[in-house]
Amino acid sequence: MSVDPKLKARLGVVLIGVALAVLPFVVGASFGNSWVRIIDFALLYIMLALGLNIVVGFAGLLDLGYIAFYAVGAYLYALLSSPHLAIAFPQVFAAAPGWPVWAVLPLGALVAGLFGVLLGAPTLKLRGDYLAIVTLGFGEIIRIFLNNLNAPANITNGPQGINNIAAAQIGGHALNRPLELFGVMVPGVHLQYYFFLALTLLVIFVCLRLQDSRLGRAWVAIREDEVAARACGINTRNVKLLAFGLGATFGGVAGGLFAGFQGFVSPESFGLLESIMVLCMVVLGGMGNIAGVILGAVLLALLPEALRWGAVPLQQTLFGKVLIDPESLRLLLFGIALVVVMRWRPAGLWPSALRKRELAAHGEAA
Amino acid sequence: MLEVRGLEVHYGGICAVRGVDLDVAAGEKVALIGANGAGKTSTLKAIARMLPARGSVKLSGEAIEHAPPHLLVRKGLALVPEGRGVFARLSVLENLEMGAYVRDDKAVVDADIERVFGLLPRLKERAGQTAGTLSGGEQQMVAIGRALMSRPRILLLDEPSMGLSPIMVDTVFDVIREVAREGVTLLLVEQNARLALSLCDRGCVMDGGEITLSAPAAELLDNPAVRAAYLGE
Repeated sequence: MSVDPKLKARLGVVLIGVALAVLPFVVGASFGNSWVRIIDFALLYIMLALGLNIVVGFAGLLDLGYIAFYAVGAYLYALLSSPHLAIAFPQVFAAAPGWPVWAVLPLGALVAGLFGVLLGAPTLKLRGDYLAIVTLGFGEIIRIFLNNLNAPANITNGPQGINNIAAAQIGGHALNRPLELFGVMVPGVHLQYYFFLALTLLVIFVCLRLQDSRLGRAWVAIREDEVAARACGINTRNVKLLAFGLGATFGGVAGGLFAGFQGFVSPESFGLLESIMVLCMVVLGGMGNIAGVILGAVLLALLPEALRWGAVPLQQTLFGKVLIDPESLRLLLFGIALVVVMRWRPAGLWPSALRKRELAAHGEAA
Repeated sequence: MLEVRGLEVHYGGICAVRGVDLDVAAGEKVALIGANGAGKTSTLKAIARMLPARGSVKLSGEAIEHAPPHLLVRKGLALVPEGRGVFARLSVLENLEMGAYVRDDKAVVDADIERVFGLLPRLKERAGQTAGTLSGGEQQMVAIGRALMSRPRILLLDEPSMGLSPIMVDTVFDVIREVAREGVTLLLVEQNARLALSLCDRGCVMDGGEITLSAPAAELLDNPAVRAAYLGE
């Protein structure tokens, strides 16, 4: 008996849906809720990597300062959902702004998007290494601003960061508190998981639609040959700015979620290493391929945690003591993984059809 | 159709094009010939607004010297850039579809793709192949076909014979001749003066950033100075 492929596909979607729905409970029961927290972070990284993928993977613009947009989203959320502004400027803010999450997240996305365009505008004529250097500088400028904007007016609270950030509230329930649903206690991290999952699915959906859109085609054309793209009637300036803006928007949303989840933000979380980490997720997974980027984000977000969890007991059973601290092991393995993947799978673990073609063409030429 | 007055292009302190005046009538085929560095490509790029330039350019009476480059395609001016500039990682078909980027009538675009395939049967055989894997001549055909997809009234061609074998050059020029027969106005920049003049109605000789001579193509082919300088006789 043959199975209708459409039915098969639907069955697959339902199965994945069920798996994603029960995932936090299974993981929480078998490994503890700290692992659910790690999965929450992985979802944030998926959003970030997909946003960067628009800029780097689709439009071919190397951005080394992407984390700045994450920072903008996070700080905006922090300022609007913590008592910091009321403490720093009592004459202006009588109480903490306490905006609802449905207003703060889109606002964060918008502001991050504006910052994206702001970064894009002066770099329109740059490509490759030059663009990378400028974006790197931009990322550092944002971080340094966050570090120093505590004087003369205390806006970001400097290196100490902003704490007491309220968690996102949905339907009057703060997501960091457990919720009793049909007699089952659902812990806060699980609620955050579902919230993040919903937004991640939205981001994936938007990415898929963008990829096949007119705009997606224009990005590919620009990546291939800018002069020819212009000769085809593509407004290269606007299309590039849109890539920067849209990519930054996703970063802004992820940043807002991060602030609400963590309850605390400080400039330390937005360093160059984070930018590179997200870029590695994109490159390792498969630049330009949405599924590949998701894979890369999940792997690289889980790898350090798996090490932290497994490296110490493993070394103790093998050598009787801990020889290498898992933290240093992490960077070592990370580097090895990158080298290995780039040597044997240069297009990434799960490359896009386009990249595969490119490498095949190079192989033929050589 | 195209009216150029006092066109000037500077690269830093170097003046590459010094006050070029050029007219191309509707349906006419004009060749711009000259030695390396005479300013031919710069002139073409400046007309297509790919380079900042001074002077006035009119397309069917409408001033276009300040129009953004991506709008020129909509106005019926298409450029086949030097070195072809195909989208190497896209298939031939996708390249042609990119050429129709400014158009949104799907049915007509599909009909035009068939028309281009009729004109360039080689491309139809390779429709699914990546453009970067094609030979130089085939890539030139892709570039021309892609430009045709915007249904231009005037086509600017920059050195279509560059880097091609003599046989391929003939094939590509046959295609260009075919395109012109369908009523597209041509402005052709070419090193290969003999070939360009045999295809075109009129020739303009460029030297040192200026047009030094402009005459019917047959006349230029007989002109002793031109023969000596550009036809190698």
